[in-house]
Amino acid sequence: MQRFAALLDRLSFEPRRSAKLALMTDYFRSETDPARGLALAALTGGLSFRHAKPAMLRALVAERVDPHLFELSYDFVGDLSETIALIWPAAAGEETAAPDLPEVVERLQQAGRGEAPGMIAGWLDALDETGRWALLKLVTGGLRVGVSARLAKTAVAALGSLQPDDIEQVWHGLSPPYYGLFAWALGEGEQPQTDDPVPFRPAMLAHPLEARDMEVLDTADFAAEWKWDGIRVQAAVSAGRDGRLRRRLYSRTGDDISGAFPDLVETLDFDAALDGELLVVIDGKVQSFNALQQRLNRKTVPAKMMRELPAAIRAYDLLALGGEDLRERPFRERRAMLEEFLKQLDHPRIDLSPLVPSPDWAALTRAREAPADHHEGEDAAAIEGLMLKRWDAPYVSGRPKGQWYKWKRDPFRVDAVLMYAQRGHGKRSSYYSDYTFGVWREGEEGAELVPVGKAYFGFTDEELLEIDRFVRQNTINRFGPVREVRHEPQTGLVIEVAFEGLNRSTRHKSGVAMRFPRVARLRWDKPPAEADRIEALLALLPQDEATAIR
Amino acid sequence: MREASSSAGTTGGDVLTLTAEGLYCPAGGFHIDPVRPVERALVTHGHADHARPGNGAVMASRETLDIMAIRYGEDFTGTRQEAVPGEAIRIGDVSVSFHPAGHVLGSMQVKIETAKGTRVVVSGDYKRQADPTCAPFEPLACDVFVTEATFGLPVFRHPPVAEEIGKLLKSLSLFDGRTHLVGAYSLGKAQRVIAELRAAGYERTIYLHGALERLCSYYQAQGIDLGTLEPVGRRAKELAGEIVLCPPGQLADRWARRFGDPVTAVASGWVRVRARARQRGAELPLVISDHADWDDLRETVAETGAGEIWVTHGAEEALVHWCRQQGLAARPLNLIGYGDEGDAAEPAGNVEAADRAAGIGSTT
Ligand SMILES: [Zn+2]
Ligand SMILES: [Zn+2]
Repeated sequence: MQRFAALLDRLSFEPRRSAKLALMTDYFRSETDPARGLALAALTGGLSFRHAKPAMLRALVAERVDPHLFELSYDFVGDLSETIALIWPAAAGEETAAPDLPEVVERLQQAGRGEAPGMIAGWLDALDETGRWALLKLVTGGLRVGVSARLAKTAVAALGSLQPDDIEQVWHGLSPPYYGLFAWALGEGEQPQTDDPVPFRPAMLAHPLEARDMEVLDTADFAAEWKWDGIRVQAAVSAGRDGRLRRRLYSRTGDDISGAFPDLVETLDFDAALDGELLVVIDGKVQSFNALQQRLNRKTVPAKMMRELPAAIRAYDLLALGGEDLRERPFRERRAMLEEFLKQLDHPRIDLSPLVPSPDWAALTRAREAPADHHEGEDAAAIEGLMLKRWDAPYVSGRPKGQWYKWKRDPFRVDAVLMYAQRGHGKRSSYYSDYTFGVWREGEEGAELVPVGKAYFGFTDEELLEIDRFVRQNTINRFGPVREVRHEPQTGLVIEVAFEGLNRSTRHKSGVAMRFPRVARLRWDKPPAEADRIEALLALLPQDEATAIR
Repeated sequence: MREASSSAGTTGGDVLTLTAEGLYCPAGGFHIDPVRPVERALVTHGHADHARPGNGAVMASRETLDIMAIRYGEDFTGTRQEAVPGEAIRIGDVSVSFHPAGHVLGSMQVKIETAKGTRVVVSGDYKRQADPTCAPFEPLACDVFVTEATFGLPVFRHPPVAEEIGKLLKSLSLFDGRTHLVGAYSLGKAQRVIAELRAAGYERTIYLHGALERLCSYYQAQGIDLGTLEPVGRRAKELAGEIVLCPPGQLADRWARRFGDPVTAVASGWVRVRARARQRGAELPLVISDHADWDDLRETVAETGAGEIWVTHGAEEALVHWCRQQGLAARPLNLIGYGDEGDAAEPAGNVEAADRAAGIGSTT
């Protein structure tokens, strides 16, 4: 546990990607099995402990620390695990030996609900501040040390001569503590046989199109297609050696999200891997992102939800067919095979993402600005922009240069007033970095502010400090981690918020919900009275939005 | 402000009142660590939020008077009077004495005794950990104890300094090709870090940012052994593998870029909290503080035997809460101005600004 804690501690303070990699690779090389495999599982989000929930940890610390002192400390530190790690009082009596990582993982996974609290308390007594912090991060599953699953796998690949994507290909067939993977990476064993007929194929991603690209690129070299406002997925279906059909739906980052979409996944009867956009489609019409959002991040789905918000795939690409990997072939060939494949398949919930004619940049510019005029259906509202794909490009994982471009619609902007602020997480946990903002509407007693959204990124570190200072100096109410700040016509902070679109929402008092709102600029120069009114937002709503939701 | 605005009904209130300038003793006609110029000031130590220029008269320890002259020039006050530690003198209707606070060189607590025999001690900033660069804190029995509470939250328990110095030396051996840049305040912290490095057996030359030179020389002139020190001057990459000290505000400054890819260490009690350490750009946080931690604050309050505790300077609420649980009368002073201007000799960075906004003192 101590070596793992030291690794996490170093990682959490190390900003350099290369140094993070070096630290992890060094740890994986010098640590033994099974500890290193369990560490890898922890770093890739692959460990979870049912009984170690924040509420239980709070109860443990409540037995030992005055509740008011705890709350004051938590408010200052901002992170629950860290607060507990720092405030945990020294154990009376004899010192016990600190536990090692395999002991913690093994015992806690086998522990019953009643045993877990005593076990964790005993380890907290035996560890120092850093050890306690790492233990709590581990058991609550939120390491947040600035390491993505991808980076951890890259560190394993760097043990020998593997590429990160070599590991991605076999990853979903492996499980902790990854004995075979480490042996392979170190050149001491064969590639692990995964038996997985439906692996994740790392996604190909696009660069944003910039003005200078338009000067040098020839539209004839590219296919143009709509960029749909859903989530990018990969549907992989194939029979294993036992002849049983495996179906899997992956997110863009390789997370298996099949469980959230059984209505769709169960209908996939083919032997292929599709790249496409997951959308909610009702009577042939693509619904707003808001509708899809209700279906995301679920382990189980109520039947009613599947009925009312049916999921579908709009296909972009074909990565494998009948056991053959197509990724080396140019897009032109893959596209032709995709069209033929979908025609044969004739699946009610899978259709083809149409191409947009691209004779020149002028035509593409017009299409991007007014998709409704360039697309026959009513789906224009679900179009986020255009994708440009080089006709002769193979399907390469990652973001290869010059192959794919995304050309988004310009964001919308609105001047809103900061109303509430909440402490952030991780690096920002002791700063007020989550902002609820509102616009004016006519209330019973004249103009009032109504919240229309939340933003927690888009600002610079310096702006964060400025807003944090403003929040602390202008607090008028506190609700746990949330502070209400002054928002009067002449006193308050106006934020220019950029966002990608607007939906009607029954969950928000204002009746609207923003897509990807973020802080575009701080308008210290503008008095709140001059911020926007709700009417300006309502004008952006699609006409028949109301029908889209429940 | 609610309780601070009225001083009636308490023992301490008969001796000290709160004014816009800070704590005031009407019977003696003096302020203690005033935040604005006053006629007569008693100054506990040389940090810029406690010791300010422009007063009519200043009484302080010899070292504090020297430090104020170094920082503000010889004309920092109208008249000056040296306080000899432990020696009581009469000012107006009260008797006053100065006693070591263990915070930085020359730091003192101020003890006031009235004609009726009421004893009030104003701690200034203090710590209980050993410090080779200054006299240790002297516990004083009193009726009213005015204590700082910069680290007055139970999450602050400072580790042994040797452990933190060990982290720095270990990193130095691990990354022996990188300069180790240590951010430390110019008065007290810098000299303590150097002295502790020497105590750990580190004998190489330690290099200093220009802003640290004068005070380090002063410490050496007072007989404190800091080993061989040299200004960084125009040196840059040739300091690979060496220890360089600078004010914390310089870590993110252009000045620091000359060292290429240094390991950035920050010596401060605040870096115990990760978010604060990261915000300061610490890759190697060294939890070294010149203030009392939570355990030492409580122990000291108990040790004074005072029945009435006034809490100032930082996280007042938690310590007040604890005192009341112990059956002690306690009040937060909510004094404004301490930690507010930062340390005038060193540029206050954004971090200090954020801590100030959080209502927490910004000196080390
Ligand atoms: Zn001080
Ligand atoms: Zn102070």
